[in-house]
Amino acid sequence: MNMNSNNGSVSDNQLIKNKVAASLARRHRQEKLLRGTGLAAVLISLALVSLLFINIFSKGLPAFWQTSITLDIYFDPSVLQISEKPVQRADEHDNAFRQRDLEWRSEVGRINFNRLISTALMDVLPDAEQHRRHVLRMVTSGERFALRDMVINDPSIIGSTQRLHLLTDANIDVWIKGNIDRSLPDHQQQLSPIVRQWADALYANGTIKNRFSFALFMNPDSRSSLASAGLAGAFMGSLFMMLIVMFLAVPLGVAAAIYLEEFAPRNKLTDLIEVNINNLAAVPSIVFGLLGAAVFIGMFNLPMSTPLVGGLVLSLMTLPTVIIATRSSLKAIPPSIRQAALGLGASKMQTIFHHVLPLAIPGILTASILGVAQALGEAAPLLLIGMKSFVATVSVSPMEQSTALPVQIFLWQGNELRNFFEARTSAAIIVLLTLMISLNAVAIWLRKRFEQRW
Amino acid sequence: MSNLTLMIVLLAVLAITYQLGLVRTRQIAGHNATLRMHSRPHHYGVMVGLWTVLPAFFIFIIWSWSAPWALNQLLIAQLPEHIVNDPQELRVAIRRISNLAANFGIVSEAATWEIQAATFLSDARQLSQTLMLALMTTVAAAGALYGYRSISPLYRARNHIEKILQIVLVICSSIAVLTTLGIVLSMVGESLRFFSFVSPMDFFFGTTWNPRFSTAGVGEGSLTGDQGSFGMLPLLAGTFLIALVAMSVAIPLGLLAAIYLAEYASPKMRATAKPIIEMLAGIPTIVYGFFALVTVGPFLSMLGAHIGLDIRATSALTAGVVMGIMIIPFISSLSDDIITQVPKSLRDGSLGLGATKSETIRKVVLPAALPGIVGAILLGASRAIGETMIVVLAAGNSPSLTANPFEAVSTITVTIVNQLTGDNDFASPQSLVAFALGLTLFAITLILNVIALVIVRKYREQYE
Repeated sequence: MNMNSNNGSVSDNQLIKNKVAASLARRHRQEKLLRGTGLAAVLISLALVSLLFINIFSKGLPAFWQTSITLDIYFDPSVLQISEKPVQRADEHDNAFRQRDLEWRSEVGRINFNRLISTALMDVLPDAEQHRRHVLRMVTSGERFALRDMVINDPSIIGSTQRLHLLTDANIDVWIKGNIDRSLPDHQQQLSPIVRQWADALYANGTIKNRFSFALFMNPDSRSSLASAGLAGAFMGSLFMMLIVMFLAVPLGVAAAIYLEEFAPRNKLTDLIEVNINNLAAVPSIVFGLLGAAVFIGMFNLPMSTPLVGGLVLSLMTLPTVIIATRSSLKAIPPSIRQAALGLGASKMQTIFHHVLPLAIPGILTASILGVAQALGEAAPLLLIGMKSFVATVSVSPMEQSTALPVQIFLWQGNELRNFFEARTSAAIIVLLTLMISLNAVAIWLRKRFEQRW
Repeated sequence: MSNLTLMIVLLAVLAITYQLGLVRTRQIAGHNATLRMHSRPHHYGVMVGLWTVLPAFFIFIIWSWSAPWALNQLLIAQLPEHIVNDPQELRVAIRRISNLAANFGIVSEAATWEIQAATFLSDARQLSQTLMLALMTTVAAAGALYGYRSISPLYRARNHIEKILQIVLVICSSIAVLTTLGIVLSMVGESLRFFSFVSPMDFFFGTTWNPRFSTAGVGEGSLTGDQGSFGMLPLLAGTFLIALVAMSVAIPLGLLAAIYLAEYASPKMRATAKPIIEMLAGIPTIVYGFFALVTVGPFLSMLGAHIGLDIRATSALTAGVVMGIMIIPFISSLSDDIITQVPKSLRDGSLGLGATKSETIRKVVLPAALPGIVGAILLGASRAIGETMIVVLAAGNSPSLTANPFEAVSTITVTIVNQLTGDNDFASPQSLVAFALGLTLFAITLILNVIALVIVRKYREQYE
């Protein structure tokens, strides 16, 4: 490259040119390599997202339809020998009536509703007489309670014949959907040969059909009647916890953020609180579960396994998220708004509550919804405060034992009847993801709708 | 009267006194043509309301906290001596008596002294409730009167209310600090109880984890004899092994994706790809756990069988890979933010000297962004260490000291869940160890977080 060596030989020049060309080629290869690997990384990440969703949805969507069997159930008066449904008399005390009603209900409960089901089954199943003891395997055991509740709600159906769709046993669902290897030898099959024959025959003639599974949404969890296990109990538990988070973490977080952003003097103490909140946002969720177990249950003696304790724990967990997000949306409000209000004689409180806060509300709402969505998906801390226990009822207050959607997923994936519950767990995941995605969509919509650029 | 009705009554009183204050203020302002009121009428209204309700509310809080305790003390003074001296019997007796007093049924016939104590208890409760209500009414009336009388043009109602509001705000922001304090204190307390059973040396440096089952109800003797070993090292090793696998998946993918999206991608691609990748961060971890258990684990195991490796379906590898997927967005979006924050002048300088784009990225942009990227990686690692549901489902739960990622392992978080959700007595070392493990976990993640936050913050200041 020496300019003075103008008598430099052509070969020298050529050499340099070659060298540059070679290094340029190398450098361009490197350029391509980085670009290519970068693109590959993005594509792999996108592929992983779609793989996850396709996997869950392909497994879970079939579980929203469940096999049920259409039967003409005759509510036989000779089986249903019960006294009249009690009606409250005018002079009767509430408690006395409740007592009588309870007695009547338990009287109805003592009736063997399986007899109604098996009588109806005998009519539709070929050769049912020879295989009497297998007949009831067709219908899941929880359906007798559905019949019982029908009678309790309306005793006048006794003596009539009702066409009902009863859920089949979980194993029949598995068999018909092909979720078990049909060529397995008899001793490895869950169902006896005759039941399998029946299932195929009824499916062929349309008595057994795949119908939308309302049980999945309307029923609480069940262990004895797996086909009727549903998400209603878990959903109520999650709902109560979300409400607690909304009414506790959001106001507290917003108030804390207002203080820290607008009032707090810049000193060591404020710094400490700030560092502390940033750290709290990154503390593993399970640690909050330990806190709940030690403080709320151990010290305050709050009832275990309840949405109340769960909601408190999740509130503490989402609090830092809400604070941080609220602060950043307060920060985004330009100082000119504050100066204008202060200049017109508003006090600092008035400035903030009348002018700054209303402008920051879209941001705060978005952040709160995202925080609630995050709390909705959290399972680990709930395991530690006992929400893992099996609850077969739908709770009607946050003080009752309950479970939550993510914990229900955890419980179902561990069920022994894998063939049935793999799909049902995926269906539960779809429900959870749908809830979370709709919450997120609302948040994004709010942000788009009210976003303001200063 | 239940607490709920009491609260509703208080709110109603608040509304009424607010109105009274409002009316009074307007009256005074109407009479006084020369002197203007210091604050707006609703300020005076709120002030009267608060004067009425707040002191009464405090009395309610204090009374509800202290009355049960005081009643209990009075009750114990009533009981026969032989009951009081035995804590077990005393607990049973108090439960029976309070059931009797509340008219619930109890097992077996009630003794005379129990019935006496129960009548005493229900009478005392009645009395206490009446006293509290009387006190609250008096204080509320006095407060209302004072507030009402002090309405005058010179009274600075707004300033007083704002002071109260500010105190409320301070209390709210101290809750975050109280949470941290609660975490640290509760875990230190329970850990100390645990260390009275097992020495810290055995816990932190022991190499076998085999806690056995707690033998609740057998007595103290069983705890001193055969109580299993609580060596934490296998759990720590498992935790770091899984975190290592996760980071070796997440760092390359996350970082390269961030570089591509920040430097090469067209705005349109960036706008679609970025939110989709960030979606990975919003998926609940239980979903990842299920995905690992039913899809990734069997797939890896099958892959291993093809190439002659023995990979368990639930192993450190399975959990690590899936956790890596979960962490990709943490690293990619934080790094992306930091890379885009590197000033344009640096890039232009490098490009102007003839460097290619990749050379600019490798030699100029990345070194400038390095501290921030390290911070992002540390935050990701702290996520990986504290993650629970994925490892509970997919790591295999076998506490062995191994560096082989194809084996099943156990982690700190898995063990916390196992020890606290099993059928262990809460006061046994088998349950208490969960708190010692939690404290360790808290300390590790705290250190990582603090380092990461300090690095990120330092870096931000550099270019602002």
